[in-house]
Amino acid sequence: MRRITRREFIKICTGATAGIGLLNTLEPVILDTLAQAAEGKPPVIWLQGAACSGCSLSLLNTVTPNIEKLLLEIISLKFHPTLMASAGDQALHILEETAAEYEGRYYLIVEGGVPAGDGGVYCTLGEKEGKEVTFLEAIQQYGEKAAAVIAAGSCAAFGGIPGAAPNPTGTVGVWEVVKNTPVINIGCCPMHPDDFLGTLVYVLKYGEIPQLDVYNRPKMFFPDIIHVGCPRCGYFARGIFAKNPGDDGCLAFVGCKGMVARARCNTRQWNNGTNWCIAAGAPCQACSEPAFPDECSPIYGRYRIQE
Amino acid sequence: MPKVVIDPVTRIEGHLKIEVDVDRGKVIDARSSGTLYRGFETILKGRDPRDSQHLTQRICGVCSIGHAITSARCLDDALGAKVPPNGRIVRNLIQGANFIMSHIFHFYHLAALDYITGPDTAPSVPRVNRDYRLSSGINNRVVRNYVEAFTIRRKAQEMLAVFGGKVPHITTIIPGGVTEKVTQEKVDHFRTILHELSSFVESVYIPDVFSIAEVYKDYWDIGRGCKNALAFGVFPLEDGGGSEGQNLFIKSGVYTNGQFGSLDLEKISEAVKYSRYKDETAEPQPNKLGAYSWIRAPRYEGLPHEAGPLPRMWVNKVAEVFDLGEKAFSVMGRHVARAVECKLVAKAMFDWLNLLKPGEPTHLPCSVPEEGSGMGLWEGPRGCIGHFVEVKDYKIQSYKITASTVWNASPRDDKDEPGPIEKALVGTPVDDLENPIEVARVVRSFDPCMGCSVHLLEMKDSWGRVTSVNI
Repeated sequence: MRRITRREFIKICTGATAGIGLLNTLEPVILDTLAQAAEGKPPVIWLQGAACSGCSLSLLNTVTPNIEKLLLEIISLKFHPTLMASAGDQALHILEETAAEYEGRYYLIVEGGVPAGDGGVYCTLGEKEGKEVTFLEAIQQYGEKAAAVIAAGSCAAFGGIPGAAPNPTGTVGVWEVVKNTPVINIGCCPMHPDDFLGTLVYVLKYGEIPQLDVYNRPKMFFPDIIHVGCPRCGYFARGIFAKNPGDDGCLAFVGCKGMVARARCNTRQWNNGTNWCIAAGAPCQACSEPAFPDECSPIYGRYRIQE
Repeated sequence: MPKVVIDPVTRIEGHLKIEVDVDRGKVIDARSSGTLYRGFETILKGRDPRDSQHLTQRICGVCSIGHAITSARCLDDALGAKVPPNGRIVRNLIQGANFIMSHIFHFYHLAALDYITGPDTAPSVPRVNRDYRLSSGINNRVVRNYVEAFTIRRKAQEMLAVFGGKVPHITTIIPGGVTEKVTQEKVDHFRTILHELSSFVESVYIPDVFSIAEVYKDYWDIGRGCKNALAFGVFPLEDGGGSEGQNLFIKSGVYTNGQFGSLDLEKISEAVKYSRYKDETAEPQPNKLGAYSWIRAPRYEGLPHEAGPLPRMWVNKVAEVFDLGEKAFSVMGRHVARAVECKLVAKAMFDWLNLLKPGEPTHLPCSVPEEGSGMGLWEGPRGCIGHFVEVKDYKIQSYKITASTVWNASPRDDKDEPGPIEKALVGTPVDDLENPIEVARVVRSFDPCMGCSVHLLEMKDSWGRVTSVNI
């Protein structure tokens, strides 16, 4: 098989494949990479905190590689609360066993923010020997022993909606809790499966963290603002603005945050390239940004076009 | 007396702990605890009311559509918005797509691993190695369908995104309708996927449910619960009327102590004796003595009521479920009701698609009033959802939420009466205390959604606004 260089990998990720599944192009690379992994499929632990399971569902929306292939052939998803067969003690045992056996080599994926207020009482992961383990403790413990942590989605990355003002549970992003292991933030609410799997494959293939922006997001997946290349740019240039969400025209005056949101929604779109917010007449909410949701509110903006 | 704790209960949405007391091989008492508190009602205060249908979607990534539309209906009411026919129908189609996705996902990916063995790789192993009764032929067939169902549920999401923009967490629902336009191309795209899903539901999903139900016969008697049912109703078939008085495809209704009745919101109460709150207000009290859950205990006429597909099919007297009689209130009854509902909804969606008028508006403009109030009643895949808003100075003054799992997974109330799941667990046989798979089967038959369970009505200060609804 032909080798793909880092440069080519990044080029594929940053846009050449607009509109079609990013990983179509990368699938042979992924399978090749993992076939070479000496210990078989790399172990992955997926924990959920102040979450809604939306990022898990988004993961299941992946097309290439499809989810069956991902789960059955590519990674070894040892612990995932929504998908795993076992429960209770047996599940917690797998978690501890995996972390001990693969210390420093497993990948920790976190979905949901970390409620850090009042000692972490607002979210518990499970009960061990009669004592409830808080999610905060679990993230500290399993984050430190991981090869790398991927914070999947806005909540895990930046606190997201549970961390919105007045933040009643003191919820923060994982990178504010895990200090000694690299944390990669995958923005968007939910995370896009291509951004997540592309990052995971890069880490597995090259054994290093991809280049990150100031918010620890992989630059190749959060390359530029959505406004650049927005299909409504023509309206913007001609000064045609929508008066209401859903109208024709640039959505800037109904709250569109495409000028500040870094993501590839305008190229990779969502749900197998079916649609995306701005194409569907809905203003971008900048869910990819640490500012989401407080600084992105009101979602439909403060200004209106007068008749 | 042996106490068995399952924490975390996996293959559900969110954080649930189940604790049962077992005596002579049977559960004699159970406690259900929600173990995540986020405080949505507190976060919503002071925001632009139109943000609520986006923030409330993040309550749950599976039921996000239910919250989006409930919130939009609540705002339709508060803003005095009119929804055009295309807007109403597109909302129904989006919600219908979510029902199909959620029901298939629940049966195969959340529940089925309690009955089948396979695929033989993580995360499907290790499993509880006992009481798998299917013949290898049926087992292998359902395992193959478990794998295929991943693709099917993904396609249901893609169908939803045709009008939803993106999913989970759609952006097209607004007060006054939806932002996406109706074009012939979109209608055809949607219909093509619907054909495939509908055929999967009828020729794969339903036969698989019945194959399992036939072998696990005792589960028609296990998990009866409170046998009270509650439905707010969903899928309006005509325009106007708000949440009150609309003609709905799946109607609202109540079934209490063996009697059918119409929904009267004034009969809803909420107890916090065993919940981690100071009092009926939103103020959390994590270490409250005796409290064991973040969930509150809503009751109808002072009694626990179950919400979900079974209650919906029951109060609508859908023959395939209603004719089961008392057996419908059981683990298998819940699975069958869910599958029957999935088929009914998919079939109706073809008719709704034909009623769309390409090119006609999908939304009408509206604006936030200085003051106002609204109510939205609806059903997500897992059961009833209600949103209630008070607007002051163009901002949210109060926002209250109730949803299916608040009802189903609720703890004991002020009279120490257990919630529906707690009640359904009593009498469940437990053959192996180390591997209480029977308990997990009962709990999962409810399709618990813990994200949707920790929500507040804060009854004392403002329920008075809600008037009697007779539908």
